[in-house]
Amino acid sequence: MTSLNNLAVYSDYFVAALLIGGALFMLVGSWGLAKLPDFYTRLHAPTKASTLGMGATLLGSLVWFSVQEESLHIHELVISIFLFLTAPVSAYMMGKAAIHRRRPMAEGTRNAEEAERAAERKGINDRDD
Amino acid sequence: MLSNVIMICTGMIGLAMLFCLWRLIKGPDITDRILALDTLYINSIALIILLGLYYGTALYFEGALLIAMLGFVSTSAVAKYLLRGDIIE
Amino acid sequence: MKRLLPMPWHSVMLIAVWLLLNGFSYGQLVLAVILAWLIPILTYPYVRGHAPVKKPLAMMTYSLRLLYDIVVANVDVARRVVLPNRYLKPGWLAYPLSMTEPFPVTLLASSVSLTPGTVSVEFSEDRTCLYIHVLHLEDEKELQAFIFKRYEQPLKEIFGC
Repeated sequence: MTSLNNLAVYSDYFVAALLIGGALFMLVGSWGLAKLPDFYTRLHAPTKASTLGMGATLLGSLVWFSVQEESLHIHELVISIFLFLTAPVSAYMMGKAAIHRRRPMAEGTRNAEEAERAAERKGINDRDD
Repeated sequence: MLSNVIMICTGMIGLAMLFCLWRLIKGPDITDRILALDTLYINSIALIILLGLYYGTALYFEGALLIAMLGFVSTSAVAKYLLRGDIIE
Repeated sequence: MKRLLPMPWHSVMLIAVWLLLNGFSYGQLVLAVILAWLIPILTYPYVRGHAPVKKPLAMMTYSLRLLYDIVVANVDVARRVVLPNRYLKPGWLAYPLSMTEPFPVTLLASSVSLTPGTVSVEFSEDRTCLYIHVLHLEDEKELQAFIFKRYEQPLKEIFGC
């Protein structure tokens, strides 16, 4: 019995650490969204930091519910897998939209001519099956 | 102890959502606004998960899952609309 | 066999996800099996085939390493975001692709987006080049070699192309 109580106490600390870490990452991601200089650098903050923050929060929730109900509780895993799969896709779509709208870049961006070449790509609606 | 931690995390995520809101209002372009909305929905999922932890109920996961799916679909739909609307029309 | 069960792996995955979402019980299992049988039959005509996974084990190690890389990269990005803007050196990289199959290239682009301070943004028209935005670009050659060694080489081995 005592070992089970110990498990509950340790898991509380573990869950608390995961939740704080996750919230911290999400805060940093959103702060980056607010402060970074141009769209392309802003794209990095939410796709990376927020996704990891989400992963940590969901992991915390998974551990807490598993210990509380004394059975494995894996709903959260589905959400985090879904987020990890969709984050790069939506980042790609938004980056592509921005590059074809020719959003200005921050000063000192290196190799900006590559982006120009990417923006000149024609026929983005043609699906080549 | 855990309920205090959850309150602190809720505050932090609320602050993060305020940053997103600021970017949403400020712009300067529609792509920035889409990005802000995208981050906002991810933050709101975290908020719902924390609420579920606070009340100790697993019922909120369906809501979180729905927000995750709708958020992804709407983000990619708007980005796709931007691409098509601007270049074809 | 092909008509009754067109995509066996998709069926297994559907059963797994359904049971993860609804919790295990025998009734749910029956429902999951029925859905996993019907959905692939209905959706098979719309699916275009992609390159088969040749080495499932290598795929597992690749996913685990990707997970580790995601954590490391996120800490790095968070550090760069917290530092003042003037320390940032954003840049673009045109990464030359050495494979053409759509599915492995998609996996590569997604891996690049999730890891070390890079987001893949666009392909060139002939699909030989992946345009990547880098949050902090020190050395193009080094980054290119890193992506090749860590992600593209294993993917080429996994899909055998």
